[in-house]
Amino acid sequence: MTEARDATFRIWRGDHATGAFRDYRTRVTHGMVVLDAVHQVQSESAPDLACRWNCKAGKCGSCSAEINGRPRLMCMTRLETLDLDQPVTVEPLRAFPSIRDLVTDVSWNFRVKAKIPPFRPRTPDAPDGTWRIDQADVERVQEFRKCIECFLCQDVCHVLRDHHKHDEFAGPRHFVYQAALDMHPLDVEERLRQVKDENGIGYCNITRCCTKVCPEHIAITDNAIIPLKERVVDEFYDPLTRLFRIFRAKRKSDRMDGRPEPDASALPPKGAP
Amino acid sequence: MSAVEYRTVEHDVLVIGAGGAGLRAAIEASGRGTSVGVVCKSLLGKAHTVMAEGGLAAAMANVDDRDSWRVHFADTMRGGQYLNNWTMARLHAQQAPDRVRELEAWGALFDRTRDGRILQRNFGGHKYPRLAHVGDRTGLEMIRTLQDHGIHQGITFHMECTVVELLKDGGRIAGAVGYDRERGRFIVWRAPAVILATGGIGRAYAITSNSWEYTGDGHALAYRAGADLKDMEFVQFHPTGMVWPPSVRGILVTEGVRGEGGVLRNREGRRFMFDDIPDLYRNQTASDPEEGWRYVTGDRNANRPPELLTRDHVARCIVREIREGRGSPHGGVFLDIAWIREKIPDAAEHIRKKLPSMYHQFKELAGVDITKEPMEVGPTTHYVMGGVDVDGETQMTSVPGLFAAGEVAAGLHGANRLGGNSLSDLLVFGKLAGEHAAAWAKAHASPAIDQGQVDAAHATALAPLERQSGENPYTIQHDLQAMMQDKVGIVRTEREMTQAIDAIATLTARSARAKADGHREYNPGWHTAQDLRNLLTVSEAVARAALDRRESRGAHFREDCPEKDAGHGKHNTIVRQGADGSMHIERRPIPPMPEDLADIIREMA
Repeated sequence: MTEARDATFRIWRGDHATGAFRDYRTRVTHGMVVLDAVHQVQSESAPDLACRWNCKAGKCGSCSAEINGRPRLMCMTRLETLDLDQPVTVEPLRAFPSIRDLVTDVSWNFRVKAKIPPFRPRTPDAPDGTWRIDQADVERVQEFRKCIECFLCQDVCHVLRDHHKHDEFAGPRHFVYQAALDMHPLDVEERLRQVKDENGIGYCNITRCCTKVCPEHIAITDNAIIPLKERVVDEFYDPLTRLFRIFRAKRKSDRMDGRPEPDASALPPKGAP
Repeated sequence: MSAVEYRTVEHDVLVIGAGGAGLRAAIEASGRGTSVGVVCKSLLGKAHTVMAEGGLAAAMANVDDRDSWRVHFADTMRGGQYLNNWTMARLHAQQAPDRVRELEAWGALFDRTRDGRILQRNFGGHKYPRLAHVGDRTGLEMIRTLQDHGIHQGITFHMECTVVELLKDGGRIAGAVGYDRERGRFIVWRAPAVILATGGIGRAYAITSNSWEYTGDGHALAYRAGADLKDMEFVQFHPTGMVWPPSVRGILVTEGVRGEGGVLRNREGRRFMFDDIPDLYRNQTASDPEEGWRYVTGDRNANRPPELLTRDHVARCIVREIREGRGSPHGGVFLDIAWIREKIPDAAEHIRKKLPSMYHQFKELAGVDITKEPMEVGPTTHYVMGGVDVDGETQMTSVPGLFAAGEVAAGLHGANRLGGNSLSDLLVFGKLAGEHAAAWAKAHASPAIDQGQVDAAHATALAPLERQSGENPYTIQHDLQAMMQDKVGIVRTEREMTQAIDAIATLTARSARAKADGHREYNPGWHTAQDLRNLLTVSEAVARAALDRRESRGAHFREDCPEKDAGHGKHNTIVRQGADGSMHIERRPIPPMPEDLADIIREMA
């Protein structure tokens, strides 16, 4: 698009009960993103059109929506990448309850995260209370810590979107969070049982939809979910591990600064990992 | 009018804002046994702090053992052209290292030195490598760490709520009135201590790196509650924002690009920053490009390249190049990091690793590969040094029980802020505000709520919805932003300031007749009408303070008074609401610095 032109945006208008698409025509120019068009519609013809946004630079993860049916950040979707001869559809995330127009109630994500035990570091390495960490160990986890909590991965995940397993399944975002804690070079908290039981990692059948929509290009499936699944298998299903668990438990409890580890051998295997 | 329904929520300490300062304050106050509520306009974890890129400044001396709090103190004061509150500059320099280490103990993962300690990078105005960082997404790391720690500290979060007015019980603070954005239901928060942590005012300008939340809410709330604002003329224009395409104009390009060796060139290919080096920094600046390169690659005996001079100076040099016709095609200058391939073999990989967000941002929003071609950049409104005047030790404002921390507070940065001093500011003074607000709350009984104040706040907030007709608030906001950009920007004159003050009066009258369509539920037009009221107040404060300071100092540049003036160097500018409701300006002398601190300044000169 080199010249300014008109384009139609088919935007979902509605609340928690009802709603419908409405067409808005506005002038678009080079370099514009979908969020610019939504703002323009807001200031020209629909001042009460509700949308969440914040940084407009792909860093805060507020303006998640479904654009032409695909979960994306409105601020990072350039109009040049869309076919403007057709109406561009913009609708809210469908895996969460609608509040109004493009805004959904994502509070479930905050509740799930709050149930995950917080970071707990090992005893400091140096007398001044600091730790020594290799850059390589930092880098392994930094991929997960890039997550901007846009919840696009939660939106596209069929376990949540189609099967509504919100009570049994934490969703890709929280596996990324769990992986970040699990692989944090200082953390000694035990959360694997939670990953298996409460977070229901077994429901994930690795369709990789989450990875495809991640605006931060985090390899969610390969680097977070699959390693967690493997850890669950090792911990709860592998016969050799079960034999040696008693030794490992002792070593881990040393590392954990004397705090006893829950007796994992008492856990019955439940569901497929 | 009929009474508006509302519910009342009780806290010991109410924190307004959930960026770095607000979260750190809440964690501290909660840890000291008080019940804490945090109110924020966005969802938790989305605050403007996420956009900070470069790092947080703390004299840990991990990379250069010559660093100490004394050097950091002197750098901060020099950067602020000695208008800083020297108590705050001292506390900040002394306490920042502990705040960084504490963040690590809460799970933050910073980049490391070879021996496994926290790595520190160079930044403009800092004598030694001082910025703890995580690539170029330090702000995200910081806010996520505080968020993930904070949600386990028994703090109540009131997300997506707008505060419309502070409440008072006689002279002291009593809480706040606001509404939840989702349904538009009103809330009264009753609290003996309130901490403002609302950030800045960037949305008063058309070109800004700031998020929509930066509408000067805390500044305006405090002003209306009778607190003093200070140094409002000092608005920092970051030298490097994106300029193309138009829709991304203003988005920040981190100073880290220059810290990693990025150079500024005009359309003729000249490194124009070498042409104008201020005397105050001459003996700290590289004499040629080769020395500059040695500095950014860690040579302790080299001086910094002129691209890493203070932000106010770099921004003005860029404006000069553009005005004199040597700018880039889209009205900026060139920022080139790709050139380092002449110096190191795996340059592209190195750039992607050191500046991943920048790589991503230019690739996706501008179609530019920064490992291969230069960026086009120009100044963008970035930060306000001015804010609510606070006591340097306790962070309490002139209103008893009202505290302020972070960008909304004035004092630490004086006339100009050094890069990296903002994130550390949030932590150091967030903690102190939390500590002293908790102590205050424990020592004072629950305040009384005055129904008259509550009713008045409701009426003001609802007026734009209840008018039968009126102007669209977006139009007024847009006109304000364009006017401020034009008249109260980087280069200022008396004539333009006067015009700006007149224009603000007209815009204020228009905003009093603004009409928001629709109802109270998640209605951005209505929210904009609330923001607009605050933006107008802070815009007037900036313009009036800028008119009064007849000199050029730090971020404040007067084309009609281009030199520094010794007289003006002895006072801060105070903005206060008079009894008649109009805005008053007062010059307040800066108290003399104690000998021990003055010695440090002399020693580091």
